[in-house]
Amino acid sequence: MDKGMKKRWISLYVENQVGVLSKISGLFSGKSYNLDSLTVGTTEDPTVSRMTIATVSDDETFEQIKKQLNRMIEVIKVIDFTDIFVRMKEILYIKVKNCSAADKVELFQIAETFKARVIDYGKDSLLLEFVQTATKNDAVIKLIKEEFKNIEVVRGGSVGIESISMMER
Amino acid sequence: MKQISGNKLLVKALKEEGVEVLFGYPGACTIDISDELYKQSGIDIVLPRHEQALVHEADAYARTTGKVGVCLVTSGPGASNLVTGLATANYDSVPLVCFTGQVARYLIGNDAFQEVDIVGITRSITKYGVTVRRREDLGRIIKEAFYIARTGRPGPVLIDLPKDVMCEMGSAEYPKSVNIRGYKPNTSVHIGQLKKALKMLQKAKRPLFLAGGGVNISRANELFTQVVDKTQVPVVTTVMGRGAISTKHPLYIGNVGMHGAYAANMAVSSCDLLFSIGTRFNDRVTGKLHAFAPHAQIVHIDIDTASISRNIQVDIPIVADAKEAISKMAEYAEELNTKKWIAEIEKWQAEHPLTMKQRKLMSPLDIIQEINNQFDEAILVTDVGQHQMLVSQYADITEKKQLIMSGGLGTMGYGLPGSIGAKIGNPDTPVISISGDGGIQMNIQEMATAVLEELPVITCIFNNEYLGMVRQWQKLFYGKRYSMTNLKAGALSRRTNGEEYPPEYVPDFVKLAESYGAKGIRVTKKEEIAAAFEEAKKNTKAPTIIEFIIDPEEMVYPMIQPGGTLEDMIMDC
Repeated sequence: MDKGMKKRWISLYVENQVGVLSKISGLFSGKSYNLDSLTVGTTEDPTVSRMTIATVSDDETFEQIKKQLNRMIEVIKVIDFTDIFVRMKEILYIKVKNCSAADKVELFQIAETFKARVIDYGKDSLLLEFVQTATKNDAVIKLIKEEFKNIEVVRGGSVGIESISMMER
Repeated sequence: MKQISGNKLLVKALKEEGVEVLFGYPGACTIDISDELYKQSGIDIVLPRHEQALVHEADAYARTTGKVGVCLVTSGPGASNLVTGLATANYDSVPLVCFTGQVARYLIGNDAFQEVDIVGITRSITKYGVTVRRREDLGRIIKEAFYIARTGRPGPVLIDLPKDVMCEMGSAEYPKSVNIRGYKPNTSVHIGQLKKALKMLQKAKRPLFLAGGGVNISRANELFTQVVDKTQVPVVTTVMGRGAISTKHPLYIGNVGMHGAYAANMAVSSCDLLFSIGTRFNDRVTGKLHAFAPHAQIVHIDIDTASISRNIQVDIPIVADAKEAISKMAEYAEELNTKKWIAEIEKWQAEHPLTMKQRKLMSPLDIIQEINNQFDEAILVTDVGQHQMLVSQYADITEKKQLIMSGGLGTMGYGLPGSIGAKIGNPDTPVISISGDGGIQMNIQEMATAVLEELPVITCIFNNEYLGMVRQWQKLFYGKRYSMTNLKAGALSRRTNGEEYPPEYVPDFVKLAESYGAKGIRVTKKEEIAAAFEEAKKNTKAPTIIEFIIDPEEMVYPMIQPGGTLEDMIMDC
């Protein structure tokens, strides 16, 4: 059943109008497609928004998702990000509470290793900021969860853009 | 620059779009539009008795004329009553533009009186829906709505009109052209791809055309018949595709699917090339997916890319309007030698011809055959259930006939309003609706509309005192436990543990017809059928209800068990 089941990405240009986000997310829930993450923001053109969507699906379902998105009136363009060169990052905040002094030292080491920033500091807590791929963020969360009991996680979902092509370099 | 109100612009837009009939029901939020329509004549306004029926009427008007059906209802319950009708039209690709009233912008979100988020509610059952938030967008949005509804794969569009936007003064300009950057429907056919498909067809030993509703929607029937005559390839249709080619054509085999003809389903299961046009391979058509057309390469022409390779993986996909593609086929296709293959199909037809057991009692088949005999030209409209499948199996749909129904959504209550919409659009064509005693009561109030509009539609009711199709499943698969399907059940049957039921049927359809000012005829015997239709034909200024008393044991065969394969048919037992 799970022919080619894997994580895939779509970049979407849509009309920047009321209800479009709801329509896109409604498509995923209504047709039982997995929606792993969805980010949206306006582009250089204020009438156009761009979304980055991550979904776990098999080949057939993914084809269907792209077609269904394409037929929506408000969707201007659908780009499959799965197999092209893209730059894609996700922002992740982890607040660690009830830290001992030793905990803090370890967290600073983790931050250095993962190129994270410590952006806030309390008596017994630290706030870390990671900007890296979603997969790496998964790994960081797993690691910190194992080491520390009292944490708070918020992540933003991937944002992606095509790399500059070889021709233009 | 001349300034006019939004209400005035709306009426102007309707006129410029060539709207002749508007199906409307008024309310507080649309009273200004009603007023404007009153002041400016030129558009006939039909006032149905319920908004669900209203959409079905506009829907049938659109299906039988090819024009866009136009609806106007008020906010809140007026709008939410559209839901079933919109879903019906969306499933069957019917072009509609529905205007809904909305509370003024400053009230939206306040749970104001008669406020609902109708665009949100209908997002997944419309082709497009939008609330007009600025007066300056009104003209463009209406123009786009008509364009979106009728182009590409047609569908319903909903425009929500806040009361204050409509009262605001603004430009009198109604745009002449449309430019939507995210919507560029492609209708023309890729010739290379089509030639590849035709080459495949030429090589096939057992080729088969499968025509879906798309052939009817694009009105490609005549061209399609030319292609069939030229190639000599036999044809099966889906229920929605019935009539794509005359059902009397020698190469027409029958419908496929759950209640398809034996020979048609066998042909699909044995063909080596299935050339399908305008169908989405719905589960009622395919049965068990992996066993569908197991020996065939599949060509699929459809206007909607999302319909291709969704349920059935196809070998040659062609995105195109059915008529465009078929006209190119008429140009390039060549004759095939299909004699051996046709002989094989004829053997299946002889083995299990599509027929019903002849009983002494009046059977649905007797009635449908009488319709076939008496009407060379007609629009047939069905409701949903046993009678619908029987009509789809046995009704002759020749060049001068059309069959419409809620095929995709399966909406009970479509029949009567459907016949009204069809008759309004085609005043010179006989229109006959066929409903069960269940479905007719879901929109029976429309008798008033039919009487007041002086529409001589013939409303056949197949009365078997049961919800027959569900009963059929209960009889075959649920040990004859007729739960919730007996239309005479109620307090008496509960009190007596199912021993007693009321002697008389509720309602008395003949008296009901008369109370509306229509004619009512009850037919209990075979011999009375012909005379009943003759009498109905004479009633040229008002509708006629003909109630046929049918044995509840009548079944629809063949039948494929839900989830079964096409070869696994239950025949008449």
